[in-house]
Amino acid sequence: MKFYLEVWRQKGPESGGKLEHYEANNIPAEASFLEMLDIVNEDLTAKGIEPIQFDSDCREGICGNCSLTINGVPHGPGRGTTCQLYMRKFRDGQIITIEPFRADSFPVERDLVVNREAYDRIMQAGGFISERAGSAPDANSVPIPKVVADVAMDAAACIGCGACAAACPNGSAMLFVSAKVTHLGLLPQGKPENDRRVLSMVRQMDKEGFGNCSNYYACEAVCPAGIPASFIAGMNRAYSFASIKESVGIPL
Amino acid sequence: MISAPSKTRRGPHPILLWLLSSIGKKTIVALTGICLVLFVTGHLLGNFTIYLGPDWLNAYALHLQSLGPILWVIRLGLLAVVGAHILFTMLLWKENQAARPKKYIASDPIQTTVFARTMRLSGLCVLAFIVFHLAHFTLQIVDPSFKHLETTLDGHQVHDVYRMVVLGFSNLPVSLIYIGGLFLLTLHLSHGIGSLFQTLGFTNRTTRPLIELATKAYAWLLFLGYISIPVSVLTGLVK
Amino acid sequence: MTLDANIPAGPLDKKWTSFKNTAKLVNPANKRKFDIIIVGSGLAGAASAATLAEQGYKVKCFCYQDSPRRAHSIAAQGGINAAKNYQNDGDSVYRLFYDTIKGGDFRAREANVHRLAEISNQIIDQCVAQGVPFAREYGGLLDNRSFGGAQVSRTFYARGQTGQQLLLGTYSALSHQIALGNVEMFSKAEMMDLVVVDGHAKGIVVRDMTTGEITSHAGDAVLLCTGGYGNVFYLSTNARGCNVTATYRAYKRGALFANPCYTQIHPTCIPVSGEYQSKLTLMSESLRNDGRVWVPKRKEDCAKEPKDIPEDARDYYLERKYPSYGNLAPRDISSRSAKEVCDDGRGVGPGGLGVYLDFADAIKRLGKHVIEERYGNLFEMYHNITGEDAYERPMRIYPAVHYTMGGLWVDYNLMSNIPGLHVLGEANFSDHGANRLGASALMQGLADGYFVLPNTLGTYMASQFGKKVDASAPAFKEAVDSVKARVQKLISIKGTRSVDSFHRELGKIMWDKCGMARDKKGLEEALRKIPKLREEFWTNLKLLGSADGINMELERAGRVADFLEFGELMCLDALNRNESCGGHFRTEYQTPEGEALRDDENFDYVAAWKYEGDNTAPTLVKEPLVYEEVKLATRSYK
Repeated sequence: MKFYLEVWRQKGPESGGKLEHYEANNIPAEASFLEMLDIVNEDLTAKGIEPIQFDSDCREGICGNCSLTINGVPHGPGRGTTCQLYMRKFRDGQIITIEPFRADSFPVERDLVVNREAYDRIMQAGGFISERAGSAPDANSVPIPKVVADVAMDAAACIGCGACAAACPNGSAMLFVSAKVTHLGLLPQGKPENDRRVLSMVRQMDKEGFGNCSNYYACEAVCPAGIPASFIAGMNRAYSFASIKESVGIPL
Repeated sequence: MISAPSKTRRGPHPILLWLLSSIGKKTIVALTGICLVLFVTGHLLGNFTIYLGPDWLNAYALHLQSLGPILWVIRLGLLAVVGAHILFTMLLWKENQAARPKKYIASDPIQTTVFARTMRLSGLCVLAFIVFHLAHFTLQIVDPSFKHLETTLDGHQVHDVYRMVVLGFSNLPVSLIYIGGLFLLTLHLSHGIGSLFQTLGFTNRTTRPLIELATKAYAWLLFLGYISIPVSVLTGLVK
Repeated sequence: MTLDANIPAGPLDKKWTSFKNTAKLVNPANKRKFDIIIVGSGLAGAASAATLAEQGYKVKCFCYQDSPRRAHSIAAQGGINAAKNYQNDGDSVYRLFYDTIKGGDFRAREANVHRLAEISNQIIDQCVAQGVPFAREYGGLLDNRSFGGAQVSRTFYARGQTGQQLLLGTYSALSHQIALGNVEMFSKAEMMDLVVVDGHAKGIVVRDMTTGEITSHAGDAVLLCTGGYGNVFYLSTNARGCNVTATYRAYKRGALFANPCYTQIHPTCIPVSGEYQSKLTLMSESLRNDGRVWVPKRKEDCAKEPKDIPEDARDYYLERKYPSYGNLAPRDISSRSAKEVCDDGRGVGPGGLGVYLDFADAIKRLGKHVIEERYGNLFEMYHNITGEDAYERPMRIYPAVHYTMGGLWVDYNLMSNIPGLHVLGEANFSDHGANRLGASALMQGLADGYFVLPNTLGTYMASQFGKKVDASAPAFKEAVDSVKARVQKLISIKGTRSVDSFHRELGKIMWDKCGMARDKKGLEEALRKIPKLREEFWTNLKLLGSADGINMELERAGRVADFLEFGELMCLDALNRNESCGGHFRTEYQTPEGEALRDDENFDYVAAWKYEGDNTAPTLVKEPLVYEEVKLATRSYK
């Protein structure tokens, strides 16, 4: 197969960037999108052009490192990460535009590589259960209904790739934050810290400069882990209730 | 390298923190939205008295007028609600612009509906429409002759609101402005009502599609209810 | 040189307890004074960083990914073993210990493995308390599944994403400690060298992958939690970035590398489809619980649609050869059996490198919805990659490199022969012998990180009061300069071949000569080819761009350069081990039925290799394996 690529090239965080045109020739339909870029990079290297820099690691859809916006859609067409996108999904001869994830809180470092440390800092603000190794009771001492554990698992499946904020016209990270708030909030182990957690994670999210949710649901549409936007609704409620509690002096 | 996150802020009162947070601002927009949806609904129910005949509508209008200071409280309240709705939307909008300064060159709307993407525009148009509506029927400056329409009700001389409405809507361009304005209002509500349930946290995976369907249907029912009046006037059903 | 494993005295099942009772402690006020450097943020790295920080140490943690949450532990699918015996099916600490020793083909250290089995239960408790959403039954209690190499159900799992959930658990604990200021996190920071001062590991040299800056960090102890070296084969189930550099650099600084030839080939991966391929995707081994493995009995049937091959023309070779374990035979055996039938010309799919994993019977027995519930995401993944629907047509699978049992040599305290240098998780050699059982890697990574090292580190730390070294010591400057020189050298070769082409060629040599089956002739050939390839690499590498800022080809080049040396060490070890055991199968040493033939008399030892210089052969140091409890037996899964 053959493709005409329009790829965002940018030297460094401070420099401007622009789309460059490259051709991808002799691409097997079984190749993944990133393997297609590997082939293009080999060609570029042979021609003496610096290869396109893009993030990837596990290449099996779980690490959340790959982060390309393909034809305006983070991770491209279909559900799943960029690395799980296969070229057979495209038409032979198609023009493909590749841009980095865009959000003010994800500064571009080079070409298609963005910095997503903002998500780490949100996690540090409260995305945990305070517990120390060695202090845990027997694993079966607190039964958790299967249905609750299943929803917690749905939420915990988030891979932290940032596609939600990149897809959101407002650059909002609500889906990411709500996934963690829901996961830990549903489990009995997480409940003691629920109010503190949601308050500090949302505040950190705001502080990082992510936008607000306008209920567009673009996040849900691109999420490779299938996190539903209804978790955002739950977080909205939890945050407001926690704020009320805090306001009237109920200890959190 | 990952720097340490901020400590939980000390200082401002928690309620202020909530109000200034992304979720707080959204909640204000949603709560004021509820007030406005209720008002729009009540307004329509009042409008329907037109179908019961001139005396009913005029009596209803007289009753509203007779509320005196309470009417002003309601009016000012509504003004405040509209003001807050707009103010907080604009605050959110400004932040959203800053959060996503660079657009994709190859753009794709991804999931979002045209209604959702045009909320600010439809909202501002609705605002302009409301101003027109107030000038037209409340302040009666569009056609000052409306001020002099009078009729008798239970032996009293009263303002003939019924005649004013019929005269007002008999004018095709005016009716079209109303229908257009109401259409935009409906676009606004068809995303807005469903959206407020999400913002206030009343949805889950099962109920969200249902709520969205129901609220869209409700918005369009309001639309049909409202435009039925100018349409009835234009078609001569109401004279 | 002799190696002392520092195994505590006493009966096997009391060793760990007695160790803890008598281990040296460091009081909390003193812990604050110690800086611990941890390289890697996977299960072992993040767990130890969080736990040591909880204890009061000052921790600096480094990872090459952009966030600690992306470490490759995240990709483990199947589950984690523990001897909880929640299923009441006869499990116990001893059984888990014995299964692990036996699974490792009696080439692991008894005391370490027993400790691992003892700790396994605590790990599950810890993870649940952290919010890991393990699968549960309707009553709310934890669910288990069975796994290869065991006759009990002792595997805890979280859908097909157990590794992800466990890693996110460690990541959340780590995040908590970062927030508290007890851990300083350095992401996108690749360890380039180890700094040894007066024989002790006291620091590392790091390249900031965003700015290209090369700096050194000093600490009182260094923990390497840098995973395995499976990418020496180019194609493996490892992440693209997984590499041997950290452990290999430590080896070049004097740490012994143990059993490098023990590599695990995972039996259930999606077969290779072409030259361009950058990685192999694993399908969880748990699929073998319900899937039946087969190939056509006759070569002529291989091209036929599987549904057109009648039952009696199919060879369910695992069930035939190993009736009691059947499709759940251990990984090495399953993999080798797949290779045998493919070598026999009965493989299916492109190139004849594949066997069927068939769910038709399970779907008939349990219904499609049950299979969907159990393996839905795996079937989806398979469909996405191959375009085939495994509910309708059997999956095609083939073995692929998956895990490396070898690693830096460590004693019972997880400390290498360089004092202060501790090695955890897949990066060390300690617990899996010559073959690892399924669902044991997660167990080992977390055991080392949460419970073993936090208890054993005191032994070393207690000897280090007042011996602080800072980064101004000459050894640091020497290490930084040598790293800078090396990076500059890579940039300035200006040849004609890309990094990946070298890596691919090395991978092919390794897979052909040092893969699932090895022989003397092939290994000798590899030992001739690799130095030549290495020489070409250093004269003909084409690397564009500069060393400042992001340059992923440069990052890869540095790793491939180390693989090009390390591959040789692997082949050397494989050549030295004149026996077959676990993942190491020498075709010269097999039973008449084609099973691995161990030589306990001559090879019941850990082969630890000592670096002697670039152009000198490394020397072999043996640690004899002493079995106090277990009787060596021929592994049989029939």
